[in-house]
Amino acid sequence: MVQLITPAGERVSHPEYDPWVKDVSDEQLCSLYEDLVVIRRIDKEATALQRQGELGLWPPLLGQEASQVGSVRALRDDDFIFPSYRENGVAYCRGVDVKDILRVWRGAASGGWDPYKFNLAIPQIVIGAQTLHATGYAMGIQNDGADSAAIVYFGDGATSEGDVSEAMVFAASYQVPLVFFCQNNHWAISEPVRVQSHTQLVERGTGFGIPSMRIDGNDVLAVMAATRVALDRARRGGGPTFIEAVTYRMGPHTTADDPTRYRDPNELEDWAAKDPIGRVHALLDRKGLFTEEFETSVRTKADAVARDLRAGCVGMPDPEPLDVFKHVYSTPNSWLDRQQDHYSRYLASFGDPEAAEQEEGAR
Amino acid sequence: MMQMTFARALNSGLRRSLDNDPKVILMGEDIGTLGGVFRVTDGLQKDFGKHRVVDTPLAESGIVGTAVGLAYRGYRPVVEIQFDGFVYPAFDQIVSQVAKMHYRSRGTVKMPITIRIPFGGGIGSPEHHSESPEAYFAHTAGLRVVTPASPQDAHTMIQQAIACDDPVVFFEPKRRYHDKGEVDETLDPNSAPPMGQARVVTDGSDVTLVAYGPLVKTARDAATAAADEGVSVEVIDLRSLAPVDFATVEASVRKTGRLVVTHEAGQSGGLGAEVAASITERCFYHLEAAPVRITGFDVPYPYSKVEMHHLPNLDRILDGVDRALGRPNSLSGLEG
Repeated sequence: MVQLITPAGERVSHPEYDPWVKDVSDEQLCSLYEDLVVIRRIDKEATALQRQGELGLWPPLLGQEASQVGSVRALRDDDFIFPSYRENGVAYCRGVDVKDILRVWRGAASGGWDPYKFNLAIPQIVIGAQTLHATGYAMGIQNDGADSAAIVYFGDGATSEGDVSEAMVFAASYQVPLVFFCQNNHWAISEPVRVQSHTQLVERGTGFGIPSMRIDGNDVLAVMAATRVALDRARRGGGPTFIEAVTYRMGPHTTADDPTRYRDPNELEDWAAKDPIGRVHALLDRKGLFTEEFETSVRTKADAVARDLRAGCVGMPDPEPLDVFKHVYSTPNSWLDRQQDHYSRYLASFGDPEAAEQEEGAR
Repeated sequence: MMQMTFARALNSGLRRSLDNDPKVILMGEDIGTLGGVFRVTDGLQKDFGKHRVVDTPLAESGIVGTAVGLAYRGYRPVVEIQFDGFVYPAFDQIVSQVAKMHYRSRGTVKMPITIRIPFGGGIGSPEHHSESPEAYFAHTAGLRVVTPASPQDAHTMIQQAIACDDPVVFFEPKRRYHDKGEVDETLDPNSAPPMGQARVVTDGSDVTLVAYGPLVKTARDAATAAADEGVSVEVIDLRSLAPVDFATVEASVRKTGRLVVTHEAGQSGGLGAEVAASITERCFYHLEAAPVRITGFDVPYPYSKVEMHHLPNLDRILDGVDRALGRPNSLSGLEG
């Protein structure tokens, strides 16, 4: 397993992967740390908002921050991302407004942002379905003769889905510029990864003839290095790469389940010791970069994002009733137009509520 | 105008779409060097190259799922599902992804994907090769479902489907692939009747007979036979199954007062039920009799030695016409 920063915060050298992160300056290391902390704060705040009834559901990524930050920070703006529903850290790093990240979970839309503005597809809930979309998109990149790449995020559970296998068949067959980024967080809701696979997940890629890497997914530098290796291969016509980022989902699958019912508490403790944030903190400390000033600036940033998140969430206007009919088709549909017309008439049959209120007030 | 088969008319339409728009890309199993198992894509890979006419791995979900990604990048994929019974592995990608992406992305991502499916029976195939799954797709919001019944319609409707910004499930009546008809290859698809519009095939005044796809020819033959007995049947080819052009059917039923709907698919929850219910809502007081459905049975598609019992034929349709007219028929004397 590729590792460049130990859980104790020690920078270990790796002749093959070091060159891929040798440009990462102290300043950039600090910026990566800030991302990790802010994303953890987003997670915490969103979980609280769900508990307060402001969000219908939230899928925490607690523990997976390094996998998301390290990989997304390796991309160029013209690389296209296909996320699952848990890549909220990816969305944040890509510049999506935090309130738009929450829009889906508040139930105010099925997709919170314009995919073409961020080169980031809307979240995918059907497990593994997006791996095929990414493959098709990468076929398009190849057809266009562009040197950008696509990356697709999925979990360990998804590797059991037929779509993921089909995506690897297509990607390998056509040698498309695509990175399969599997975050093995060890749990698919309540099912441990051993229920999904008899072998290490990294062998899935190898079996399809796709160069594969198994990396420490809690190590932001290792993740960044591996993703850069994969992207470089993609850009140079070398085809797809499979990355198994070994990480751990420290919270529940979503706010709807309770991991204490299915998980040994000792396991959580073991993984807490490998925390992705703690080790960068320790590394920065060793380098004398973790100053009081730096700590304050990170906290200030996290506080500001959390404030925006909360304000954006509670201040989000509800969609209009007739929005339910919007965007089903991009061209007129006589069935739907008729249903919308009938429902409009039904709504109108109650009269204008504002006018009625004013009339009531006048009396 | 020239005489050509239904399959050749589709081929010509696909060729025109490939010619007119570099973003059109064909994908499917065996569609390249072989030209498809029905030869609908014959010669297209040779002329447009392997990147425009793509032989895919044998994975239906993969074919449709990668088309979603291509559409995301601005392509207009046309995928071939080799046989109707093989579409089910791709069902999730079609109903959960293709159909909903425009809605889910609030209109920012278009899915101009055409999913070609040879469908229906009557060719003596083994199981999984003769199904009529149109109702599953017609029931799914976000999809358009169409089926041409003549070579000319095949030629224009395939081009209209590909040009449409919404996903279209394009059912090809496989037992009509070798039927010939006049086709004007120069006809501009923009000036032709839109694919969503039903067509009155045969004018009549006593009964409205609604059919689509493979049964339009059978319905027309039934109308000819009925005319010999002095019954005037108006045949309507729906062409579009989602949405159905109810206005055209309604206008006919207001004139005739009677409605018969026929399809190969099983009866329960089928298009016939939708047409019967919607027409009853729209023109109840013009109906002289309850609408009649002549359909396949609610059975798995039967083995070929008995498929002729399952498929509506001219005589079963005429029996239905008699029921609508209150004339002696096979169910006379039965109540309910």
